[in-house]
Amino acid sequence: MPSTAVRARGLTKRFGDVVALDGVDLDVSSGQIHGLVGPNGAGKTTLLGLLLGLAVADHGQLEVLGAPAGESLALAGGVAGFVDGPGLYPSLTARQNLSALASLRGRVDGSRDAVDELLGRVGLRDVADDPVRGFSLGMRQRLGLAAALLGEPRLLVLDEPANGLDPAGKRQVHRVLTELADSGVTIILSSHRMDDLTALCDEVSLLSVGRVVFSGPVQKLAAESGELDHRLVTSDPAGARSVAERTPGLRVLTGRRSGSPADDGSLFVRGPQASVEDLVVRLVGAGLVPRELGPVVSQLEAAFLALTGAADEEEDAR
Amino acid sequence: MSVAAATAPTRTTAVPVLRGYRFELVKLAAQWRLRLVLLACLLAPAVYTGVVSRQTSLPADAVYGRWMGQSGWAGSLVILVFMGTLVLPLLTCVVAGDIFAVEDRLGTWRHLLVAVRSSRRIFLAKALAALTVTLVLLGALVGSSIVGGLVSIGSHPLPGLDGHAMGSAELCRTVLLAWLTALPPTLAFSAVGLLGSVALGRSPLGLLMPVVLALVLEGVQLMPVPAALRVALPMNAFLGYRGLLTSPTQLETLWIGVGVSLSWAALATYLAYRLFVRRDFTDLAYDGSGRRFLVAGLAPLAGLVVLTTFSVAVATGATGSGVDRAKLETALATSFSHLYVLQTDELHRPAVTKEQLQTSARCDKGGDRVDDTGPGADWRCVVTWTLPGASATGTAIYQLDVAADGRYVADGDGPKAVNGYFPIHTPTGDAPNPLWQFDGFVDLLDTPPRGTR
Ligand SMILES: Nc1ncnc2c1ncn2[C@@H]1O[C@H](COP(=O)(O)OP(=O)(O)OP(=O)(O)O)[C@@H](O)[C@H]1O
Ligand SMILES: [Mg+2]
Repeated sequence: MPSTAVRARGLTKRFGDVVALDGVDLDVSSGQIHGLVGPNGAGKTTLLGLLLGLAVADHGQLEVLGAPAGESLALAGGVAGFVDGPGLYPSLTARQNLSALASLRGRVDGSRDAVDELLGRVGLRDVADDPVRGFSLGMRQRLGLAAALLGEPRLLVLDEPANGLDPAGKRQVHRVLTELADSGVTIILSSHRMDDLTALCDEVSLLSVGRVVFSGPVQKLAAESGELDHRLVTSDPAGARSVAERTPGLRVLTGRRSGSPADDGSLFVRGPQASVEDLVVRLVGAGLVPRELGPVVSQLEAAFLALTGAADEEEDAR
Repeated sequence: MSVAAATAPTRTTAVPVLRGYRFELVKLAAQWRLRLVLLACLLAPAVYTGVVSRQTSLPADAVYGRWMGQSGWAGSLVILVFMGTLVLPLLTCVVAGDIFAVEDRLGTWRHLLVAVRSSRRIFLAKALAALTVTLVLLGALVGSSIVGGLVSIGSHPLPGLDGHAMGSAELCRTVLLAWLTALPPTLAFSAVGLLGSVALGRSPLGLLMPVVLALVLEGVQLMPVPAALRVALPMNAFLGYRGLLTSPTQLETLWIGVGVSLSWAALATYLAYRLFVRRDFTDLAYDGSGRRFLVAGLAPLAGLVVLTTFSVAVATGATGSGVDRAKLETALATSFSHLYVLQTDELHRPAVTKEQLQTSARCDKGGDRVDDTGPGADWRCVVTWTLPGASATGTAIYQLDVAADGRYVADGDGPKAVNGYFPIHTPTGDAPNPLWQFDGFVDLLDTPPRGTR
């Protein structure tokens, strides 16, 4: 197995005037779980579609499992997955969906036992003989994952696999994916939820309007967060405000912030970690008690917003 | 790295068409709608023939409708006539018209492409699956209509469309062949269904394409269009069976219908294929393009109509409506002589032969001021024949309602002893008078009628 499962250089894909991918580089090592994250329309689905051979890039090179991607639909064996929903047939039962697909693919083991084993793995054994018509979004996602696993792929490409899953389902899918990765399967998945990805991924790539703005380990992404917004609640909002205004490196944000109850006396400040710590010292010195102090969004989310430019937009909107 | 992993990367080969075909059949078989349609095809013709055959008022509007109480084979022919009007195009809508669109509705294209890895093979698999299901449904209709008729009435002789008597063996063979002639036009409509399904995606117009086409063609058939155009339309191929019901058979129109239908089937399938393999499957919002359908779908088919019409006109020399006095006179005289022999037989009178009768007919359309040509309900004919052993000649009058497609209904207008009464009193009880009202047809093509002996 090549140690690099996916290698992309300068991938560009346009749809008319829309540049969906704009010079994307991507390296994913074998056995890694790699997350693609980015706002709506960033190009995640487009990139995953290229990996599945559903479309061909206009420019750039793409190697999947050591084989260069050429024409559409001609890809290295061992790639499986789905983009834009798991694509199931509602009139067939869960079991029929899997066994029909298995016999379509031919070489995979479509025996009842193998199918049952897969259904058990994604937690659908109890509804194996129910038509997919009645399945919830989360059940469909799980069945789609099972379908992708039928061919014992070496590269699994999943577009928003956690979409619609309840916390238990999410944990179960995460467990399945982690086990697969441990057995050497490379997994590339997309999400626009940072928390999903941090729990699962070795590395993430952050896409923004067709470009990769960050690629690397999740911890490194956190460092990109820059200045974080903090919410401060004290016994004396007016006093706290004047202390904060005098703290070097710290900016007091005005206006209402989304996600906070109106007039709960909270104050929003922005600045580097050191200045925030300085503020605490000064507050205590001034005899004010900080009841609550914490970042408004997680570090990763802040990095996401900072790198995709969403933070600026939010600022501009005010 | 394991040993297996060190091997060179293998390219996935596309799934063989046969496996794709099986996959399509599994999906089709799971569709409730299709199961209901199959059930209807299995039951409706049998129930219809079973019930209607025992009634006193028979569907005389349909060719052979008036014979349903006499022979079980008539029911199957009546069903065949119904099928050719709208039902078979409708069936192709449900099968071929939906087979591509269903993936659009379910959003499963990408999934299927990833699994099969060849849009060419997906097309083949789907087209073959649609063909198979269409054949199954057609087979169900054939079987059900025949069984229904034979069980309720039994296998009895019937006159052909030229009046000649057909026994059970000939009927069995002819009815099966007649159904077989419905296959090529059904394939043509199926192919149009594929085209609509590929080109217009989820839009209902795509699904209904075969029926829309059938309605348009029916409309054209109702208009006074030249015979060459009429014969060159796939709808007319549903009438090709009529040539099998005469002795000798008149197969020219039938073969033209087969040729036209297969050309439509081939062209429409090719157009659908071309549109399909060029489709951009990354576009989720794809809903087909009406303009592309017009340019890449309808325009070539319209071209085919022009081409086939021209070819038929040149090859057969057919001009005008195809209905004229000479053809009607020949057809009517032939039918009358055959049916007269049948009536004589039923009344247990001394046997006569068709040759002894020396039947002739003189027809006139709408009096003196109207040209004796073209379809209409105002044809009036006088049939003359010689009674063997008597010096006198018999005459009988018929009002003819001639349809634009060449079918006519002859309605006896006296004398009462010959064609005026229904039924006739035979020694074994009352029976329908075969000379009272009967169906026949003229071949629209301008060739000398070969149905006379
Ligand atoms: N077939 C297509 N035709 C036209 N434009 C397209 C097509 N596919 C994608 N796009 C455009 O390309 C851009 C990237 O789309 P893509 O679906 O890859 O984004 P995404 O990151 O998956 O978004 P989401 O998070 O909403 O799923 C968008 O601007 C989209 O409008
Ligand atoms: Mg997407």
